[in-house]
Amino acid sequence: MKIVVASGKGGTGKSTVAANLAYSLLDRHPVTLVDCDVEVPNLHLFFDSEPETRDVFTTIPKVDTDLCTLCGDCGNFCRYGAIAVLKDRVLIFEKMCHACGGCMIVCPEKAISETPYPIGLVEDSNPLSGLRLISGFLKEGEVLAPRIIRSAKEMAEDDEIVIIDSSPGIACPVIEAMEDTDFCILVTESTPFGLHDLDLAVGVTKNLGLNTGVVINRSDGSDEEVRDYCAEADIPVLMTIPFDKEIASVQNKGGLISERMPGWKEQFACMYDECLRIGGVGI
Amino acid sequence: MKKIAVVSGKGGTGKTMVTAGLAEIVKSDLSLADCDVEASNFKLLYPGELLSAEDFHGLDVSVIDTEKCVQCGACLENCRFDAVEITDGLYSVRTLRCEGCGVCDYLCPSGAISMKKRLSGEIFCSATEAGPLAHARLDPGSGNSGLLVNEVKKRAARWANISELLLIDGPPGTGCPLISTVSGMDAVLAVTEPSISGLSDLSRLVGVCKGFRLRIFVVINRYDLEESVTREIEEFCRSEGLTVVGKIPFDPSVIAAVRRNMPVTRIDCPASEAIKKIRDNLSKELDVA
Ligand code: SF4
Ligand code: SF4
Ligand code: SF4
Ligand code: SF4
Repeated sequence: MKIVVASGKGGTGKSTVAANLAYSLLDRHPVTLVDCDVEVPNLHLFFDSEPETRDVFTTIPKVDTDLCTLCGDCGNFCRYGAIAVLKDRVLIFEKMCHACGGCMIVCPEKAISETPYPIGLVEDSNPLSGLRLISGFLKEGEVLAPRIIRSAKEMAEDDEIVIIDSSPGIACPVIEAMEDTDFCILVTESTPFGLHDLDLAVGVTKNLGLNTGVVINRSDGSDEEVRDYCAEADIPVLMTIPFDKEIASVQNKGGLISERMPGWKEQFACMYDECLRIGGVGI
Repeated sequence: MKKIAVVSGKGGTGKTMVTAGLAEIVKSDLSLADCDVEASNFKLLYPGELLSAEDFHGLDVSVIDTEKCVQCGACLENCRFDAVEITDGLYSVRTLRCEGCGVCDYLCPSGAISMKKRLSGEIFCSATEAGPLAHARLDPGSGNSGLLVNEVKKRAARWANISELLLIDGPPGTGCPLISTVSGMDAVLAVTEPSISGLSDLSRLVGVCKGFRLRIFVVINRYDLEESVTREIEEFCRSEGLTVVGKIPFDPSVIAAVRRNMPVTRIDCPASEAIKKIRDNLSKELDVA
């Protein structure tokens, strides 16, 4: 079972839900938690551990100046503006390169080869018995987030229960995180902003044909609009977490309500069973 | 014209609330841009009148004509983004995965592949109470959010000569949309909140912003929810040489205002007072009103 936790916007409590869900299942089964919010990963802040680190590379082209005739083909081909052929040399803008390999294919002189270029890293750790935590980190100023997400997900490929914390928004990193998962939990707040962003996120899960449920976080009790929306869109509301100073305080200090406050562990475990039922998957 | 972007390492810190509040109370002539193109919320608080809507085309997408395809497999083998697939012996492109690099088009021996324009969203201009607003909508699943941010900024730049201040509601995160937003700004206002992750996000955000020549100001929202972490954030700002221009208390009026689709500064409440102070501090620091 692969569950992805997402939201139209960040700050809704996505990481909190992912971390609590994982923690609540540990009595029953080993769990792998994958932090795919690679621009601002937070899950490692909930769990102390000594991770093993692996660098993630992309490739960038390298021009052999002895072979290059400055014909300009590579620069003309590149759709991302990552290569500029000047009068006396070829310039490469690493950060714009998508590593498509096209320039290497079009070069008539075979003057281009590729070299690895680090864009971030993936940490792998066992912070608690039964819990594996994999966190992707995109280097500051780099933009190829989907690459890191893919690497992080690949490391968890053979694990049985995988919970993925996606990045916010609705663009390419989210798609990368959602692909090949069995169920999507969308975390929202019951404000007009929350509803607007939830609607966008639902659009994405519908596009991908992904089974979806909603968690309402920081509820002040006035959730009718979100509930009506969910009923209309035929999406179940799986859980409601109230806005409560005690909950906020546990979370702001990096704690888990399923560990520190009574009843939450059971609620999260129940929610998992519900996801299984709707997703129609074993385990 | 002075240009300020309101940003946050992560969404949900109250960035739009602060931007909308400032938009209402600054004295300068204002133009506005909502660069949070993936979840644009500013318009909910400043509905205004729509002036224009244009299609936004991001990168192209590759399309295979199965009639012409001789099934050589070159496209599948060379696509680095796993965007080409075969179903029942027929080659096709998974649009969501295609990054429009054109490698398959270049290699196809039978001319079966073409690169098509892809509609990826819309760019709007609106007249709002606070000033002209450029904003956008990105289609779910599209890449190119950084490109779309650039387009939105271009629209807003047209108003440069008529206004004294450009105020941008920025995107969350530290990736391409954020980078596109902060480039060319005079200052960013980073909104954070007192939690362990808030501090971690802020420090990554500051790391990215330092690469650009701009001043970084910090606002701590809901600062009284965890004053020990607020002190840590202030300590961090001191050590990085960043000015904390305001601290906003937790205030139920904020949610009440959002529920009524209006900037919180229309209500007399502690959060409004705090935003007024932020305005005063910013205008001193940046020499605008
Ligand atoms: S295509 Fe090859 S030969 Fe031509 S400019 Fe580029 S590197 Fe040089
Ligand atoms: S690998 Fe692709 S994106 Fe990178 S420089 Fe070459 S053509 Fe451009
Ligand atoms: S254009 Fe590039 S990404 Fe798209 S299918 Fe062709 S090779 Fe793959
Ligand atoms: S490269 Fe062209 S001919 Fe070959 S499989 Fe792809 S579409 Fe068909």
